[in-house]
Amino acid sequence: MPAQAPWLSLAIWIPVIAGLIVLASGSDRNAREARVIALIGAIAGLLVTIPLFADFDTSTSAMQFVINRPWIERFNINYHLGVDGISMLFILLNSFVTVLVVIAGWDVIKTRVAQYMAAFLIMSGLMNGVFAALDAMLFYVFFEATLIPMYIVIGVWGGPNRVYAAVKFFLYTLLGSLLMLVAFLYLYNKSGGSFSILDYHNLPLTMTAQTLLFIAFLLAFAVKVPMWPVHTWLPDAHVEAPTGGSAVLAAIMLKLGAYGFIRFSLPILPDASHALSGFMITLSLIAVVYIGLVALAQSDMKKLIAYSSISHMGFVTLGFFIFNAYGMEGALVQMISHGFVSAAMFLCVGVMYDRMHSRQISDYGGVVNTMPKFAAFLMLFAMANCGLPATSGFVGEFMVIMGAMKFNFWIAFLAATTLIFGAAYTLWMYKRVIFGGIANSHVAELKDINAREFLILALLAIAVLGMGLYPLPFTEIMHASVNELLKHVAVSKL
Amino acid sequence: MNLSLPDLLPAYAEIFLLIMACVVLVVDLFLDDSRRYITYALSLATLAGCAFFTAGISGTPSPTYTFNSMFVSDVMANVLKMLTYIAVATGMVYSRSYMVERGLLRGEYFSLSLFATLGMMVMISANNFLTLYIGLELLSLCLYAMVALSRDSAQATEAAMKYFVLGALASGLLLYGMSMIYGATGSLEMTTISRTLETANPNHTVLVFGLVFIVAGLAFKLGVVPFHMWIPDVYQGAPSAITLFIATAPKLAAFAMAMRLLVNGLIPLAIDWQQMLVLLAVLSMALGNLAAIAQTNIKRMLAYSTIAHMGFMLLGLASGVVDGNWLSAADAYSAAMFYSIVYVITSLAGFGSVLLLSRAGFEAENIDDYRGLNQRSPWFAFILMLTMFSLAGLPPTVGFYAKLSVLQAAVSAGQVWLAVVAVLFSLIGAFYYLRIIKLMYFDDPVDTAAIAPSIDMSVLLSVNGLALLLLGIMPQQLMQLCFVAIKSL
Repeated sequence: MPAQAPWLSLAIWIPVIAGLIVLASGSDRNAREARVIALIGAIAGLLVTIPLFADFDTSTSAMQFVINRPWIERFNINYHLGVDGISMLFILLNSFVTVLVVIAGWDVIKTRVAQYMAAFLIMSGLMNGVFAALDAMLFYVFFEATLIPMYIVIGVWGGPNRVYAAVKFFLYTLLGSLLMLVAFLYLYNKSGGSFSILDYHNLPLTMTAQTLLFIAFLLAFAVKVPMWPVHTWLPDAHVEAPTGGSAVLAAIMLKLGAYGFIRFSLPILPDASHALSGFMITLSLIAVVYIGLVALAQSDMKKLIAYSSISHMGFVTLGFFIFNAYGMEGALVQMISHGFVSAAMFLCVGVMYDRMHSRQISDYGGVVNTMPKFAAFLMLFAMANCGLPATSGFVGEFMVIMGAMKFNFWIAFLAATTLIFGAAYTLWMYKRVIFGGIANSHVAELKDINAREFLILALLAIAVLGMGLYPLPFTEIMHASVNELLKHVAVSKL
Repeated sequence: MNLSLPDLLPAYAEIFLLIMACVVLVVDLFLDDSRRYITYALSLATLAGCAFFTAGISGTPSPTYTFNSMFVSDVMANVLKMLTYIAVATGMVYSRSYMVERGLLRGEYFSLSLFATLGMMVMISANNFLTLYIGLELLSLCLYAMVALSRDSAQATEAAMKYFVLGALASGLLLYGMSMIYGATGSLEMTTISRTLETANPNHTVLVFGLVFIVAGLAFKLGVVPFHMWIPDVYQGAPSAITLFIATAPKLAAFAMAMRLLVNGLIPLAIDWQQMLVLLAVLSMALGNLAAIAQTNIKRMLAYSTIAHMGFMLLGLASGVVDGNWLSAADAYSAAMFYSIVYVITSLAGFGSVLLLSRAGFEAENIDDYRGLNQRSPWFAFILMLTMFSLAGLPPTVGFYAKLSVLQAAVSAGQVWLAVVAVLFSLIGAFYYLRIIKLMYFDDPVDTAAIAPSIDMSVLLSVNGLALLLLGIMPQQLMQLCFVAIKSL
């Protein structure tokens, strides 16, 4: 392979360094400079991920763009980065969403602008690090470090109950990840002193060890996904977080958990994964069906979308644990699609919230009369959220249901109810907020979206439609890696 | 009779410090308050001189014994002494304006600090029970007096009294334990005791009996449960600058004392003392972290946090010897050493921040005084945030690697359950550190006085805080240094 620029390192460190520069730019007197530097940093961060996509070799499942340097020799920890067809897309998604979030916070955030922008940039770099890390300890460092900016974002710029939400978010996630740390240390000792994730793939482990490790990983990742019943932090965090925080949380941070399942649980612990697949499928189905029903009952828009996220993530975990290519690829497509759609939904709620300072559905009604362009965009995203064909939401859900059908009819049947519930809660919310007569004087005074908001929503709309109409480039990228993963999971380690 | 002079080279730093401490004591008599800076500069210069002497002998890789093997100079001693100088000097810089504002910046503070430092150095280099005991008493007596430095404060006097009574009791326990070991082995010298234990077969009952007392005395000095009672009261009652002193450098000396006693001297009894340490560690992590949640005084909160941290450090010491096999012992002990060093650096920054916010007539003692610090001074809020995350053991701060290495030692010793217990308690611990960050960042300030630290303090505190981050990004060198130091024992 010819010598390349260290694109992965750049994708991680450009946003982090840009974030530090923004942070150093100081007080709110320089808010404008802070915004501009943040935008430049975010765009530069996105640009350096383009070569990852352009030069990606879809024919191999091996890691690409690998960088491997010793970092902490004392524990044989390496600065080991690389992407395969599974992780590469998330780096793109993350860098893309970061640009949108910076633009979305442009006028809306008025206090401590530099700190706000810096938090998002640093978080973006760290999350790229999670997706690119091939060393377990490097992964852990990035995984944990993302908590710090998110904690600050929720706590400083969040809603009235933000402190409770921020602390709950932090402690819930920390509980899971600390057990994962012990699991890593166990694997380190078992493998004779290696933190390389790829080494763990071929490490023989007994069934007991696999089960215990699986539980430790499950706690870490299930909290992050979040899976029922450890999902309760998410609605709180989403409701209290500022718009950008909610968007990043839903679009990227939840994916860290799901990504953990494919990177750690499945390939390292294949036997435990098979043995506990019934349990995982049950939890996933509860998330899909029960949380779908819960979403129906919400009166707060952000809470509704938060529950809808949990339900959609249930689909993702379902796709992982039915062990076939349709399910797995469907789940990955669903993750990417949910990244776009949930970010879009939260940004839409943000658009309304900035004008009305209310998230209650009952405060709205007839918004289409005053904000027609906005109503059109929200329509598209709502459709994508309920999985209408020709939007990205359809592709993933359809593939997972197909995969589930191969596995067991009744599982597929239950999973498919999401098409009904999803449509019910999304469209019902849409109807109550957008249609009907103008509900009150505040709605009558609403102004339609400005150019900045139009730009964000248009970019997301293109992504949603593009992925819905022509998903092939996405599935093509992940194909080789998914097949390799499935082959690996099928082989027992006992 | 052959009266040859002992080899003084390994002890140059101690001798120099002793002379200089006396010089400082005398010089200060001729200075009034306006020229106290001379004492201050002289004390810092003394520590720099000690660092020079210690650096001079740090090239020798194998241990050098002198004074009839009562005194040892090895890599671990040199490393710990260097860090002690840094900690004491940093503490003096942080404390200066605090002490001036309270009229406490008198010669006693400096000479007591220097004598305490000498005590720590003797402890670090002790190869004989008596040397160790002398060093410990020198340190302790200075500390008792320092706690009572603020004569008119009833709280400080009470704290000093408690500290003295309990400290004397603990010294007694330790001395009694030492006499038992002496009775069983016929020697006071660590290396000889260790050899005797391996070759001869002394009475096990007497040994274990003595060991219990030694561990109890040690536990008191480290401040681990159930010998922790003095810590919260002393930390809260002493003037903040003195709390900073007690909470930092003496922890290094206490670690060295544990290494000298348990590893150099009593390693053949590892099976027995490891079990005791595990118990102490688990109790400390539990009580320290749970009790810290209930505190509203930050000094008291940090006191309970110390208890929890020392418990965590003991986990490393308790994971060295597995089934009589000490192949990985150096890993475990160097993890504990790394943990102690990291704790000292972090708590310097923590108490430094307490001193930063205190001003004439105002002690920043309640955690509510930290409300809205981010609006008052974003930079120092950031530094204190790094400190809190480091105490909580979160990456990318160095506190994480300290936890990591100790947990790794526990897991590789096959004590996975212990590691799980430890992480669960550190989760509980994260809560109260997060609360400080919450107050600083999420709340509005109640106290709006300007924060105007002296330039030397703000630079040093910034360096100290950033060191937590930089060592977190590059922990390799310090870890390796600890490993080399332990290997050389």
